[in-house]
Amino acid sequence: MLFDKLNALAERVKTEPVSRRGFLLSTAATSAGLAIGYRPLAGLAATEPSKQGGDLAAYIAISEDNTVTIYSSQFDMGQGSYHGIATLVLEELGADWSQVKVEGASGNVTHYGNVMWGGGFQGSGGSTSMASSWDRYRKAGAAARMMLVEAAAQEWSVPASEITVSKGVIAHGASGKSSGFGTFAKAASNLTIPETIALKDRSEWTEIGNPALKRFDRVGKTKGEQDFTIDVKLPGMLTAVMIHPPKFGATVASFDADEAKALKGVTDVVAIDRGIAVVATDMWSALKGRDLVTVEWDESKAETRGSEQIMAEYHALATKKPTAIARTDGEPEAALASAAKVLEATYEFPYLAHAAMEPLNAAVHMNADGVLEIWGGHQMPDLYQQMAAKAAGLDPSKVRMHIMKTGGGFGRRATPDADVILEAVTIGKAIGWKAPVKVQWTRENDTRGGRYRPAYVHHLRAGIDTDGKLVAWDNHIVGQSIVAGGPFAGLIKDGVDVTSVEGSSTLPYAIPNLGVGLTTTDVGVPVLWWRSVGSTHTAYATEMFLDEVIAEIGADQVQFRLDLLQDHPRHAGVLKLAAEKADWGKPLPEGHHWGVAVHESFSSYVAELAEVSVEDGDVIVHRVVAAVDVGTPINPDVIRAQVEGGVGFGLGSVLQEELTLTDGAVDQGNYDTYLPLRIDRMPNVEVHIVPSTERPTGIGEPGVPPIGPAIGNAVFRATGQRVRTLPFDKGFKSA
Amino acid sequence: MITLNLNGTEHQLDADADTPLLWAIRDHAGLTGTKFGCGLAQCGACTVHVDGEPVRSCQTFLGDIEGAKVTTIEGISGKVAQTVQTVWAELDVPQCGYCQSGQIMSAAALLAETPKPTDDDIDAAMSGNLCRCATYQRIRAAIHVAADRLEA
Repeated sequence: MLFDKLNALAERVKTEPVSRRGFLLSTAATSAGLAIGYRPLAGLAATEPSKQGGDLAAYIAISEDNTVTIYSSQFDMGQGSYHGIATLVLEELGADWSQVKVEGASGNVTHYGNVMWGGGFQGSGGSTSMASSWDRYRKAGAAARMMLVEAAAQEWSVPASEITVSKGVIAHGASGKSSGFGTFAKAASNLTIPETIALKDRSEWTEIGNPALKRFDRVGKTKGEQDFTIDVKLPGMLTAVMIHPPKFGATVASFDADEAKALKGVTDVVAIDRGIAVVATDMWSALKGRDLVTVEWDESKAETRGSEQIMAEYHALATKKPTAIARTDGEPEAALASAAKVLEATYEFPYLAHAAMEPLNAAVHMNADGVLEIWGGHQMPDLYQQMAAKAAGLDPSKVRMHIMKTGGGFGRRATPDADVILEAVTIGKAIGWKAPVKVQWTRENDTRGGRYRPAYVHHLRAGIDTDGKLVAWDNHIVGQSIVAGGPFAGLIKDGVDVTSVEGSSTLPYAIPNLGVGLTTTDVGVPVLWWRSVGSTHTAYATEMFLDEVIAEIGADQVQFRLDLLQDHPRHAGVLKLAAEKADWGKPLPEGHHWGVAVHESFSSYVAELAEVSVEDGDVIVHRVVAAVDVGTPINPDVIRAQVEGGVGFGLGSVLQEELTLTDGAVDQGNYDTYLPLRIDRMPNVEVHIVPSTERPTGIGEPGVPPIGPAIGNAVFRATGQRVRTLPFDKGFKSA
Repeated sequence: MITLNLNGTEHQLDADADTPLLWAIRDHAGLTGTKFGCGLAQCGACTVHVDGEPVRSCQTFLGDIEGAKVTTIEGISGKVAQTVQTVWAELDVPQCGYCQSGQIMSAAALLAETPKPTDDDIDAAMSGNLCRCATYQRIRAAIHVAADRLEA
């Protein structure tokens, strides 16, 4: 599992407990309604590993006005985790969707720690939200229902077993009595939490797996009513904009802000660790003030290499021996040496920006009682709380995190140095906490602010024997580690950062001699996970290079893979389903070609077939047929949406996205130069979901990796060209 | 002081003529449904209607639109806009939702001008609106469904 080495960080979080529970209790006790269940939930604690023991109030509050508030441990950046968690609760609770609110929760690692990461640390990532929530939120919903039923049974003097709960109504058929939840919220809260919590059999589900269910948050998002961090507004709130160093590692030598400070609306210009902040009454005044500030930078410790130089160094390293070994099966070097035919290729991947629509931001307010409130896209709230407390000079219990929805994330809000959050805290402190302040990055700040998908070079070799059998495979990956030097460095094992090699090191094909090596580079460009992490490049390199073998042998793209996937039935299952839905084997219109790819990431399996033509040098994607296996599907329509969007996201990255540096400075700034996909290049995507009763896995990321190689393999068939340098707009030279 | 007719109400704003309409709407008038994404008319998240025409409010300046009627996502009304919003929800278009105010403002303007848009019409009208979640397939479908429903 990706995050199974977070113990050090988890321990640090646990040693400084915070008071979310106390906060929740006091909120519940002073409001008109009451949360159910103030005590430890014995049933949950008994059946779950100890760290995931429960306390209903941490998960659900039911007020006397019937509102059901669900506290989500998982962050929602658009992928639908709030809806997924609400689905789990509603299925067991029997509430109606019109009653439901979902709020982001934090500060209670016992209840909110990510189960998939060992439970000791709250965070969202690696497409784990549904897997982490599957047991705890269903049990919380079931326990709340049982307590409401018991309270009603006592009040009505009828057997609890005769009471039903459905769509927010508690009813006793024989007596004709019925009620909403609010009537019994208070009485239920005084009951003992049941020791045994029975969950529904899947045959009884009406919410989980329902393909007609739509997201509960959809209407507000069509009316401009969804609030994001940018929309946080407090009386007297100031807006800060940043001037960041032009190169990574540069620092402020001196600055002149006299003109800026004289401008109407500008209140402060302060130097902080990460640059210069211009603070004003409103965004436009701050931006005008920013134009008037002059800064001298100290670049003595800055990264000054350009991306061309960095890539040239990577290419030189790629044909040398790797510095760490991620996997060895059999004897890859010997098998390559004795193979009848050896194929060799080098693939190159640029830096990529997350480029989420909401540029990074965070807001802070120091209360009169010494509690610091922080609004933001808190994807790792415990970590950010600790870091913010340290920066502010406060005890962590005096820092309250408000978890906002965020306008896209794609990994960028899970930043181990809490960049924009610490900017907000240090700016607030620098101006003496005199007013609430929101720091709002511009698009250029966001594009040039670092934390990219690292650039990589893959060098691959394959050995084919005289029977046309693939007998050897070696994959050397060169690039930066995402986790080195930060709180997640524990993920590095024997010199291998798993996030650099995942997808290559987990190659499922039956190849008797297989080697995966890694050379981790030292570059001063800050990097980060980017939707589907290692698989953003490993899927492309491996599925493209496998196709080079297939083309060499003259095999069928689907059948060759299936023959090598006999020990991996879930990979084979999605590939078979996609091929069947695409009418594999039937001829396509003149000039149209299929490309195939299958890839597992985060324990979800996705096959994508792309129908492509190349016309006047343009790559045109006519149709994508995808099949996914995510275990038990919780929200089929969300799964479809995530695969559609994942295909579009991945397609943009392979066709046109690239972040480059010249002498250490980022060349791109806005969406006119950094180029996510637009609607005119979006293909039609059909998504087919494998029926399954396995435990659920995630789908926020796994739709992304296969689309690149599916397109690349189709383009090869259309043109005979292998696109080995991304993006296509750079690496594909039309004939 | 500068006068802004916003969603049918006259606002007296303490803002300079060079202030982008986007920041006047958000910071001075306090309506937050219109979003900031780029500041350069590259992403469409800030799309509003000025006298019924879709414009990027980040590159439209208060001094240039005195006397014009500005409509934001909070103020759109009428059959076309309401149909677009209804269909958007029915097809579960939004993911993060951040760009969707701008998408809806552009889509409503397209359908008002071109009641039966082709895919090429949709590409032309909507390519200025980025969606990093890439909800484009559903945006396209929603525009076609809304067109059919408005015709019926």
